[in-house]
Amino acid sequence: MNQTFNPASIHQAIVEQQKAQDRKKMIVNGVLLLLLMAAPFVMYPVFLMKILCFALFAVAFNLLFGFTGLLSFGHAAFLASGGYTTGYLLSNFSGLTTELGILAGTATATAMGLVFALLSIRRQGIYFAMVTLALAQLVFFFFVQSEFTGGEDGMHGIPRGELFGLINLEDNLNMYYFVLAVFIACYLLVQRIVSSPYGQILKAIKQNEPRAVSLGYNVDRYKILAFVISAALAGLAGSMKSVVFQLASLNDAHWHMSGEVILMTLVGGMGTLLGPVVGATFVVNVEYQLSQGPLRDWVDPILGGIFVLTVLAFRSGIVGELQKFMRKNLG
Amino acid sequence: MSEQYVLETRNLVKEFKGFVAVNDVNLQIRQGDIHALIGPNGAGKTTVFNLLTKFLIPTRGQILYRGEDITPLKSAAIARKGIVRSFQISAVFPHMTALENIRVALQTAEGSSYSFWKSGHSLHKLNERCMELLESVGLAEFANTTTVELAYGRKRALELATTLAMEPQLLLLDEPTQGMGSEDVDRVVALVRKAAQGRTVLMVEHNLSVVSKLCDRITVLAQGAVLTEGDYQTVSADPRVREVYMGSDGSGERGAQAPNQENVEAAQ
Repeated sequence: MNQTFNPASIHQAIVEQQKAQDRKKMIVNGVLLLLLMAAPFVMYPVFLMKILCFALFAVAFNLLFGFTGLLSFGHAAFLASGGYTTGYLLSNFSGLTTELGILAGTATATAMGLVFALLSIRRQGIYFAMVTLALAQLVFFFFVQSEFTGGEDGMHGIPRGELFGLINLEDNLNMYYFVLAVFIACYLLVQRIVSSPYGQILKAIKQNEPRAVSLGYNVDRYKILAFVISAALAGLAGSMKSVVFQLASLNDAHWHMSGEVILMTLVGGMGTLLGPVVGATFVVNVEYQLSQGPLRDWVDPILGGIFVLTVLAFRSGIVGELQKFMRKNLG
Repeated sequence: MSEQYVLETRNLVKEFKGFVAVNDVNLQIRQGDIHALIGPNGAGKTTVFNLLTKFLIPTRGQILYRGEDITPLKSAAIARKGIVRSFQISAVFPHMTALENIRVALQTAEGSSYSFWKSGHSLHKLNERCMELLESVGLAEFANTTTVELAYGRKRALELATTLAMEPQLLLLDEPTQGMGSEDVDRVVALVRKAAQGRTVLMVEHNLSVVSKLCDRITVLAQGAVLTEGDYQTVSADPRVREVYMGSDGSGERGAQAPNQENVEAAQ
């Protein structure tokens, strides 16, 4: 056997390497935080909040798609049920503070996520995607038919209210920093989950499910937990979005929305932490810029083209390709 | 009576739509043996493996582990009982390092596998044991190498180390030398022999020289049923075995040793 190495030093190197990676993550997080803190002084806060809400939605989706390997085609249901629940409660119970309304919306999406997961988790691949799509269509139908959602008109004039009964959220800057705080907390949570002991098992399941089973893991339970966390965060994104825009509409429940979050995640880079954030920023910006100009009727075909290009030529997305490039050129 | 057997099957049957893949198989694996399951392509060896570990559900019959009926248990529960299998096609986690591969197996017993709020650093306490296991299969220097980059023989060695990390009582190896060159085969034979100390091993194997070197007892399957059973001398002297296993064209052991690409059922 080889005598030149020593296991303790290899172990040391592995720990050091992980610490170095953690430091790098901290730096990226820090830079990102500073940029986002300064952003509302250069850009319109409501537009930024739109980006943050969609970024959180995509981060939630990516936890399931990129890190667990489950393609859900029904995430719009969680976004919408979060949004409608929060909207309904804040509109009808004036005593309720905003954060409680948002929590209730998140809780609804979480419960719905558990039901979806229990019904779909045993199916593999395309069948899993189809079951989640079918369930999301049922939810969409429910929202169309229900009176409290306002049907095709949507739910308007949701009051932003006051955070903890203290901070007036009608002020866009206050609202922005609240949304930012929630977003950062969720982003850090997902970052933690991915590197946690549980995250290792998710990785293992994604890479070789039969092997994970043969090592004694009840993989369905791990997948259900990932699904529920993902649904909860998607619901939270929907809840915040309804407060920011003071509007909850059927758009959020439509299967287009489930498709759009896939697009955001793929364009940004699935399975990377920053990918969905970059992807959401990109897609929201492209949609906005195009809708202002002469190409406003061409938004969907152009996004479709970008999607095809990503899948064919840049499979790891913006962040993934960037990481590859840096690894190649910077060692 | 059944106490002396670690694993026993009683009248095990698996039918796929009108096709009987495993027909009335009674296996008895003695404590401490290295037991081989051999037979020509399509004899149902891998199917038996999948039945034992519940990757397939038996149509009829019973599986007993130390006298206890484990037929209704699920795959993951069987693994936690100490019956751990390997796969015909190398089963590793390709985008994790060698060390992380083994750590996944150690996490089963460690009990923090649902802790999504804990820091990844909490896993470093398992690293020492991982290094020991890697050293035992000669892979310590590759601890921090991503598994896809390892050579095929090393992947198989890693797979074995991962399986051993579960501290299995009964090791089920599905063609551990499949698709290997002769040096790798020798290394795996040595590894299996080492791993078998204090354990019971049931292995599917095509390479008869490996079987003759390693195994205490051999069961020959043909067309889903047990043809004969015994030690290598008995089995290899049996004319029926020569007929089904080597074919009537007399191509001999070379044909039997050719890697078996046909058993795609393992991929499920």
